[in-house]
Amino acid sequence: MSNDHSAHSESGHGGAGAYAIGFVLAVILTAASFMIVMGHSLSPSGTLMAISVLAAIQVVVHLIFFLHMNTTAEAKWNNNVFFFTLMFVAIFIIGTMFIMTNTAEHMMSR
Amino acid sequence: MAHDTTFADAHSEHEHHELPTVFGFWVYLMTDCIIFGSLFAVFAVLHNQFNGGPTGKELFELSGLAMETALLLISSITYGFGMIAAHKGEIKSVMMWLAVTFLLGLGFVFLELKEFAHMIAEGAGPDRSAFLSAFFTLVSTHGLHVSCGLIWIVTLIVQLAGTTAISERMMNKLTMLSLFWHFLDIVWICVFTYVYLASMI
Repeated sequence: MSNDHSAHSESGHGGAGAYAIGFVLAVILTAASFMIVMGHSLSPSGTLMAISVLAAIQVVVHLIFFLHMNTTAEAKWNNNVFFFTLMFVAIFIIGTMFIMTNTAEHMMSR
Repeated sequence: MAHDTTFADAHSEHEHHELPTVFGFWVYLMTDCIIFGSLFAVFAVLHNQFNGGPTGKELFELSGLAMETALLLISSITYGFGMIAAHKGEIKSVMMWLAVTFLLGLGFVFLELKEFAHMIAEGAGPDRSAFLSAFFTLVSTHGLHVSCGLIWIVTLIVQLAGTTAISERMMNKLTMLSLFWHFLDIVWICVFTYVYLASMI
């Protein structure tokens, strides 16, 4: 069995190279987020926007290099479930924030 | 995208079929994603309901957060090295990398508990304000997942200890733990960005 695996080692699961690239990108993106917040060089809304973009990029980096998401036919169902979940969570979070902010405004609680 | 071509080449010469178990575990992870999504929604709604208590800006420390983030990020790549060793069938190496990942994860949980204890001692426990309730629920749910991951790592090290070859079944177990561990790192990206950094702006 172990020989079986070594035959296709580093195939489709990302080799050391893929992990190293992912790790370097993740470190750069994380460090950038921390430095933007520590530097106080951007406006508060600008800072929030910048770290949101960095976080989104880092999530994609992790999905590709660490969770090995790809566009092969084999991964089709994994991707389908993933994008359904992503859509669900987006509707859930944005919808909750919209409704609760709206309610708070009408109740004049903030 | 360089890795796409590598994947395509690899698949043309050898097809690796994952058991339905791994797909099932992926579906479980997606439901876990919904749990965290709900907790993030709660935090988003309550993040400025301080009730006169301490704010995130007063409570959070960047140095501790950077340390926790570094530990979790490094543990991700050490687990990756473990997976590479597993594909080569090097059991000793797999166990070594799993042990390193375990220690890094343990360090993360330790720092998080220390932070929680410090906050509670200062009177900023989960009962102080809606913001702190949401904070403790979200962050400790993640911490609980990491702790479960640690138990899982120990289990697999013990199971690997007596074997001479990595079976297909063991490979699937390692793959699922890999997905779980890397998934928790993704959740942590959202935690340190929206819970900690966003509060410190």
